[in-house]
Amino acid sequence: MSIEHRDDTGARFGMWLFLYTEVILFSGLFLLYAMALAKFPNDFSNASHRLNIYFGTVNTLVLLTSSLSIAMAVTALQRGRTKLTLILCGTTVFLGIVFLINKYFEWSAEIGHGIYPGSHHLAEQAPGVAAFFNLYFFTLGLHGLHVVIGGTLITVVAIMTAKGKVTSERYTLLENTALYWHLVDLIWIFLFPLYYLIL
Amino acid sequence: MSETNSSYSGFWQQGQRRGILGWLLSTDHKRIGIMYLCCVTTMFIVGACLGLALRLELIAPGPTVMSAQTYNATFTVHGVIMIFLFIIPSIPASFGNLLMPIMIGARDVSFPKVNLISWYCYIIGAVLAILSIFTGTGAPDTGWTFYVPFSTQTTTNIDLAVMAAFMLGFSSILTGLNFLTTIHRLRAKGMTWGRLPLFVWTLYATAWVQVLATPMIGITLLLIVFERVFGAGLFDAARGGDPILYQHMFWIYSHPAVYIMILPGMGVISEVIPVFARKPLFGYWAMALSSLAIAFAGSLVWGHHMFASGMSDMAILIFSFLTFIVAIPSAIKVFNWVSTLYKGSIQLAPPMLYALSFIFLFSIGGLGGLVLGAAASDIHLTDTMFVVGHFHYVMFGGTGFAFFAALHYWLPKFFGRMYNHKRAVIAWALMFVGFNFTYMPMQVLGVMGMPRRYYDYLPQFTTLNQVSTVGSWVMALGLLVMFVNLWKGIRSGTPVGPNPWGGATLEWQIPSPPPIENFGEEDPVVTHGPYDFKGVVADEY
Repeated sequence: MSIEHRDDTGARFGMWLFLYTEVILFSGLFLLYAMALAKFPNDFSNASHRLNIYFGTVNTLVLLTSSLSIAMAVTALQRGRTKLTLILCGTTVFLGIVFLINKYFEWSAEIGHGIYPGSHHLAEQAPGVAAFFNLYFFTLGLHGLHVVIGGTLITVVAIMTAKGKVTSERYTLLENTALYWHLVDLIWIFLFPLYYLIL
Repeated sequence: MSETNSSYSGFWQQGQRRGILGWLLSTDHKRIGIMYLCCVTTMFIVGACLGLALRLELIAPGPTVMSAQTYNATFTVHGVIMIFLFIIPSIPASFGNLLMPIMIGARDVSFPKVNLISWYCYIIGAVLAILSIFTGTGAPDTGWTFYVPFSTQTTTNIDLAVMAAFMLGFSSILTGLNFLTTIHRLRAKGMTWGRLPLFVWTLYATAWVQVLATPMIGITLLLIVFERVFGAGLFDAARGGDPILYQHMFWIYSHPAVYIMILPGMGVISEVIPVFARKPLFGYWAMALSSLAIAFAGSLVWGHHMFASGMSDMAILIFSFLTFIVAIPSAIKVFNWVSTLYKGSIQLAPPMLYALSFIFLFSIGGLGGLVLGAAASDIHLTDTMFVVGHFHYVMFGGTGFAFFAALHYWLPKFFGRMYNHKRAVIAWALMFVGFNFTYMPMQVLGVMGMPRRYYDYLPQFTTLNQVSTVGSWVMALGLLVMFVNLWKGIRSGTPVGPNPWGGATLEWQIPSPPPIENFGEEDPVVTHGPYDFKGVVADEY
């Protein structure tokens, strides 16, 4: 109580460990993807062609830009420019919301075509097609959940910055949040080619 | 000094808040440790009662006290509670939280708030697990492994049980990364890696396994929910999935989890044995590095759970070989404990009795592990009572007895009072005898061919099952005596000083119970190793 506990290096260390667990969480899904792809290469290719590549491309651009803006927010805070930090955090959250809106339209279109987990339409398809779309909805759904969590975290940290609790002297919280957002971006960089591009 | 004052009660009294909120919102590692201790002990008692019910059902062939469906639900809930709510968090979350920061000379863990969140995740998991028994269309009946396809098809309340395990996994991850950061960052001046107490070393190895392996079970359990809610079929062979893949993903976590369970127990034993043999621990670095070796090698052996469910011969050969590798660091530990005892001035205090019985029981369980790791004998013994006997020897005889050793060794530290030694020895004797009468017949039954998880059995298995059931009663009596004795001890036992056993690690140099920031204003400076007993004298009590 008497002496303040503060260890920025420790906080970063802990965050990197946590990010590692997130990578492992998604790695289970990559494992399933690899197994199913090896089993049904043709079905996977057919299913992949039914995804709308434009939605995926726009979302990739949006998410990469948001990664840039949050990285700039950290630098801005380190230089003590609080207002610019808040604007850049706001930009990142805005881009995250654009990503989710885009995802909403993409999924609506697919669900409109009868493509969703457990649908009759999918049940009639080849097993590989069903496996592809089930994995697609689960993996991208989990990723979308991480976008929501990341956006919430950035909002909270931005409020703390505005209140002067996160400053140029102690910016580790914003830095760690930015790391989380970069992870969300990084996972998308793997998901986009796997589901939209390479097949 | 404040500890000479009779009203002194350390972290029990000091705190930011008064009353119950002082506990529920506390970020003090000792308070969180005590909260964990209460919860895991409660869960252990619940799980033990279910285990007794199972043994009672098996006292005679045919239906005895419950229906077949109730039996399935009982062994499932017994397994879920004992694995996820007792053994995995037992020593690391309770004694790790209580002691690790003190042992390395820190004021608290690196992330005290995360520590509290971790406890709440545990509580949410516990509540969900208990709700899953009473809500929905019946208690889960899949066994604690939630194997597909049954777990995706049964109408019982699997979703809640699986989400409970998911939350508990989250709790475990947070504790693990907190401990790793703490051990790396917050060691006191002079506390080099070569002076870390071995309990801290084993917690360190455990924490790596918790962080590296647990996310895999997280995603696997979420996939079960996905399968059940949406009918996805990712593990359904008819719809392009692969049920064996589920078993791989499950055991990639759950086999390393076995070492999450046993490593901290080994750490406790490594603390107890030198103190009561009055000798430095034999082979410090061998002990420290073997912990890491067990964690590493233990992460590569999950396939031995699938010898009988369809794997290539080459894969069986490799997993069998890797399984044997784990025996080497485990044996290093056993031999070093025995070498520490050699020519020691052995004092048979209650913690020591539990530690010695740990070595005995763990060795039996560990050798049984080799029998199951060898592919040929495994094919005969898969899913027989031998497996049940084997893992109870390791998990209960190992981790459970280490937990009891830890209770007897450290409770005087945290409550400042000593229990009755004579009753503690009686309880230990009842438990030790009862234990062997319960689980040894199971191993014999398994070799004779009795399958596990079966509600009924052939008449030739009757005698051994009766012995086993009676043994479980003796063990339960021992548990009862032990808990009553400990409870009476912490309520009204003789007050003890800082160092009732004469230990040389840091926790024995501060008052019992410890004050809120452990060491006061000045952080300690460490000048000697944890097992350097020169000049250390035990307090009279």
